Amino acid sequence: MIRLEKRPQPSAIWKTVTPLLAVILTIVAGGLMFAALGTDPVAAIRTIFWDPLFHPQYASYSRPQLLVKAGPLILIAIGLSIGFRAGIWNIGAEGQYIIGAITGAGAGLALYPSEAWWIFPMMVAAGALGGWLWAMIPAILKTHFNTNEILVSLLLVYVAENLMASMAVGALRNPEGGGFPGSRNLSQWPAASNPELIAGTGMHWGVMAAFVAVILAYVLMSRHLTGFHIQLAGQAPRAAAFAGVRPERLVVFCLGLSGALAGLAGIFEVTGPAGQLSIDFNVGYGFTAIIVAFLGRLHPAGILLAGLLMALTYIGGELASFTLGIPAAAIQSFQGMLLFFLLAVDVLTNYRIRLGRTEAAT
Amino acid sequence: MTDALLSVEGLTKAYPGVVANDDVSFAVASGEVHALLGENGAGKSTLVKMIYGLVRPDAGQMHLSGKPHAPASPKEARAAGVAMVFQHFSLFDALDVAENVALGMETPPPRRTLARRIREMSEAYGLPLDPGRIVGDLSAGERQRVEIIRCLLQSPRLLIMDEPTSVLTPQEVRILFATLEKLSSEGTAILYISHKLEEIRTLCDGATILRQGRVVGSCTPAEKSAAELAEMMVGSTLSAPKRARHEAGEVALEIRGLSLPPAHAFGTPLRDISLTLRKGEVLGIGGVAGNGQDELLAALSGEMRSPAGRIELAGRDIGGLDPTGRRDLGLLTAPEERLGHAAAPDMSLTENALLTAHGRERLARHGFIDWSKARGFAERVITAFDVRTPGPENAARSLSGGNLQKFVIGREVLQRPAVLVVNQPTWGVDASAAAAIRQALLDLAAEGAAVIVISQDLDELMEISDRFAALNEGRLSDPRPAEGLSVEEIGLMLGGAHDLERPGGDRPAARPASDAGAAEAHPS
Repeated sequence: MIRLEKRPQPSAIWKTVTPLLAVILTIVAGGLMFAALGTDPVAAIRTIFWDPLFHPQYASYSRPQLLVKAGPLILIAIGLSIGFRAGIWNIGAEGQYIIGAITGAGAGLALYPSEAWWIFPMMVAAGALGGWLWAMIPAILKTHFNTNEILVSLLLVYVAENLMASMAVGALRNPEGGGFPGSRNLSQWPAASNPELIAGTGMHWGVMAAFVAVILAYVLMSRHLTGFHIQLAGQAPRAAAFAGVRPERLVVFCLGLSGALAGLAGIFEVTGPAGQLSIDFNVGYGFTAIIVAFLGRLHPAGILLAGLLMALTYIGGELASFTLGIPAAAIQSFQGMLLFFLLAVDVLTNYRIRLGRTEAAT
Repeated sequence: MTDALLSVEGLTKAYPGVVANDDVSFAVASGEVHALLGENGAGKSTLVKMIYGLVRPDAGQMHLSGKPHAPASPKEARAAGVAMVFQHFSLFDALDVAENVALGMETPPPRRTLARRIREMSEAYGLPLDPGRIVGDLSAGERQRVEIIRCLLQSPRLLIMDEPTSVLTPQEVRILFATLEKLSSEGTAILYISHKLEEIRTLCDGATILRQGRVVGSCTPAEKSAAELAEMMVGSTLSAPKRARHEAGEVALEIRGLSLPPAHAFGTPLRDISLTLRKGEVLGIGGVAGNGQDELLAALSGEMRSPAGRIELAGRDIGGLDPTGRRDLGLLTAPEERLGHAAAPDMSLTENALLTAHGRERLARHGFIDWSKARGFAERVITAFDVRTPGPENAARSLSGGNLQKFVIGREVLQRPAVLVVNQPTWGVDASAAAAIRQALLDLAAEGAAVIVISQDLDELMEISDRFAALNEGRLSDPRPAEGLSVEEIGLMLGGAHDLERPGGDRPAARPASDAGAAEAHPS
């Protein structure tokens, strides 16, 4: 008989090993799924994990995509992870990402076609502010009316999506766009564009921001009292109250921070890789970032690696559906498996498996 | 005491890294009340769990009435005639007494039959209990009766009781002891786990003393003094806490007419609490758990804020300050619940030291934590309070209850509080650790700090308090000098008329406080 025995303290080794184990299990289970769909599993896995970086034909296009996709994922996941550590569940980063793009782009387009140097920084600030404000809705509802921030933040994603659609065909539509939905192309307006900083790498200001966020989050969580109190509140709420942590302030801080970072990701995206606001601007970074945050163990360095890995499965998945004809839904299942297995093997961090006779817990 | 009902020979049980029981042998006769005496971690719990079928021994054997006894489960142990009352009750608050009893039976009889049997049993053994009452409304003593009745309905030959008096008032203890004496006179053997030496001396016929998993002696408790028993248990001489005589100083803390609503649905509101605490004084607050102790601590710690003018620290109104603000002014607290309230279970001792000490010990500058300084402070607590742990990087939950309690109390004491408030400072802590904690509290008071000790352990309160007050349903009695208070007076201060019912007989005369928890002389 198999049973689980609680460890006296969380295992440091398993904490590092479980993400790798989850990746391996995902590859195995995903391979089986691809085989069941009639695709050669080895080819599918190779297309997802290897070809985007090393395929002689596709790599020159897909390699820069790695940072382009990983940047927003990491930036958003860093913000989410801090809230998650405190037990504050912002599920609506997708909405804050969209609102950040709208407010940032809107603030810039109001000044079109000015060429002032401060337009781009001002748009970035407006984007962060927009994401922050959007996240303040669930925060204030929670602190004042004790609503559930999971539901409120999630539902606000759909509000944000509709708002964006209306912006793309209404207020922010390109007046010179011949009636097509979508805003002016910001990446072609030098004062507002977020260009590739080093050619062929995909590096842009958003990726820089993501790297800075990783470092600052590390300092906050491991060196600062605020980070300590965030972890305390997540692990032992009563002990946090005893220590003097005010839960309402933490809710506002964590939701605000994750909203601002998601908003930043949005404005960097709309001024750079996406180029313009359009009806299909958002592609799910805000949701995928939740997986990234957990895959990275809610630790900044882990999130950096997990973001790169998730970006790889995104690019590789596209490549696989393009070259091998794997349905997009199968790729999404594959990504979902990653979170599933991670949560499943997570048990090993706090418990050890014992084989043998049952003995009542003492 | 001729033929043994239960005999245990060479019982051994090892867990990874620790031998819980090493070659333990002892015997209990029919009708004997036998004490298992030992500090926390001495192996008492493991031993009775093996007898009750919860844990399988690695080696050794047991015999019950001459037959081999090797229960694979509590069910088999119950079938063999062994019953156990745990320290922590396993009752459902929302169900009534009869339903709770039925849940613990293999084949419960129809409700009416069961209710009748519960009534009969409770009358026969002097444990007044109404089978129709909802358990959530019962006092701790009454809940324990539900557990006892549940065991007695199985007509056990051996009844195991794990620290049964830790939650009882003196009056309830007397009722319990009368029941146990009646049971033993009918031939039921009782295995009694406790570290309250006085009650073992009055109640028990024989005692087996365990230390670090080994039997280190056996005796007839009545023939030994409490100090001798403690020495056998600890293996060294225990010194009683020393109190320096001192004059009460100026007012350190003043509470005036404080009333607060309960913090949660099952809490107790505080009702019109007033007290004056002077420097160098230890105020003991007694009372059965759930009468507002947690709320009083929260009101003092700052977890619950108070209206203006209700709480003053050295003349300054602190009712609106949060825990951090109060700590800065020197009001420190240690809540009852060690894991999850006073300390974060999964965090290291260093992190837990930081939890309350970052302000007064300057473990952080501009919010940035000085981890080496925090570690140094944790190490100081560990050394000064003899916390048994490999080091400050270990998680709080890896410590035993007593060691964590020493850490939690030590963390506050070393911050040199002006006023220290502790709730149940020695609950579940072994004798030597408890003595160390009490001594630390007295030393703190001797240095001029004012100390409030909230406790259910009246012996402890009488030992260290200058004045005593009782908390009952959120009301605090007027504090009275602890010296010269009798158990009977204390019982009346604790109030709670439902605790005073007693099987037959008159109320005994007032007795000195040192006998708190003891019953009439036991026929041995």
